[in-house]
Amino acid sequence: MLFLRQTFTVTAKDLRSELRTKEAVNASLSFALVILILFSFAFDPTSETTREIAGGLLWLVFAFAGVLVLNRSFARELPNDCLEALISSPVPGAALFLGKALANYVLLLAIEVVCLPVFGVFYNVTWYSQPGQLALVLVLATWGVTVVGTVFSALTVNLRLREVMLPMLVYPVLIPCLMAAMQLTTTLIAGDPIAGDQLAWLRLIIGFDIIFTSLAVLLIDTVLIG
Amino acid sequence: MRKHLLLTAGIAASLLLARNIWVMLTQLPDEAFQGAIFRIIFFHVPAAFTCFLCFLASLIAGLAYLKTRKLGYDAFSVSVIEVGLAFGAVNLITGMIWARIIWGIWWTWDWRLTSMLICWLLYAGYLVLRRAIEEPTERAKMSAVMSILNFSVVPFVFFSIKWFRTQHPQPVLFGDGKMDSGYRAMLYGNWAPLLIVAAILISIRYAQEKQQREIDALRREAHMI
Repeated sequence: MLFLRQTFTVTAKDLRSELRTKEAVNASLSFALVILILFSFAFDPTSETTREIAGGLLWLVFAFAGVLVLNRSFARELPNDCLEALISSPVPGAALFLGKALANYVLLLAIEVVCLPVFGVFYNVTWYSQPGQLALVLVLATWGVTVVGTVFSALTVNLRLREVMLPMLVYPVLIPCLMAAMQLTTTLIAGDPIAGDQLAWLRLIIGFDIIFTSLAVLLIDTVLIG
Repeated sequence: MRKHLLLTAGIAASLLLARNIWVMLTQLPDEAFQGAIFRIIFFHVPAAFTCFLCFLASLIAGLAYLKTRKLGYDAFSVSVIEVGLAFGAVNLITGMIWARIIWGIWWTWDWRLTSMLICWLLYAGYLVLRRAIEEPTERAKMSAVMSILNFSVVPFVFFSIKWFRTQHPQPVLFGDGKMDSGYRAMLYGNWAPLLIVAAILISIRYAQEKQQREIDALRREAHMI
């Protein structure tokens, strides 16, 4: 119970400070929109082509925009030695990590929810034909992205080239999760439900989430404290 | 003593390699469908084995470092990853040469090629991360965490990409592919010298890492004076 309360306290603190400054969310959202527009030059944005690559497109946008949020997650604590204060507070490392991951998760989901209709309007795609399953894929795959991203955010927080290092390290690890999400999202945006072979992708995301959440919780004390 | 051992091992590996290449070129007949180029498999497959053996060793070294905090494990971990990446590159490049002749293209986004490339990039990221951290114990700690995360994602990479269609020849040892026993003996026979070469390289890199640590310690001492 105490653990959960500590986790939510950290989440609330992170969300509050983010909502007051809006630095990560603003940057991330406008970046996502810029990429969405840039993609229209990369291929012929007719409905046929767009429908075929919709999943890949969306998840690339989410992954790019997500890294901006994740980069700030631990970097925000560097001024005034806030990270040291957090680590020396009576909150266990796992609660600190999960709290931060949850805050990032909420922010990422919010950005995705804004991007989806914009994408639908710009590319003339009916993305809401399978709302329940699309929500499921977003919820599961975003957690995978968040949990891995938050570990690497903690890992790279003290590095000189933090902004460059995080995407370089995190994208290869995210490939299985992103690939599964892309496959499923493409199917769902085309209007088909997840069935048959597609279920394997869903299982892959769930497995990815479980394994990397447990690894992250196990390793985070090592990363933060030593 | 160590130097003599390495030299002996090196000579043994060279002799074994020379003998294997001679047998490959003169004794083993051309493969029925692929012709002469198929001989590249005797380097291609053992290089992949060696590469993943190195990555596995780095996982064990990473765990051992976190358990004992002995910097020797960190030195070993970076040595095996560097050598593993070299053998991974051998695997990728020999594969591309083979693909150019048999498939007519250097690269295709087949699952085996793609997953090998991703694994290679994952471990290249490990080396990049190391470069960015100055403090030795901090570097060792982060590298150990990274080697554990990297190795955990390897099975995911393989399974996920496998579900895409494949045109790579079936695995000849554990899969459905068939291979003549003479060829198979050569495949394992050629793994031995490659393993010896890997061991020599790891041993040299390990010694260099230890020396580097001594130099760093001396430099710090000099600064204090």
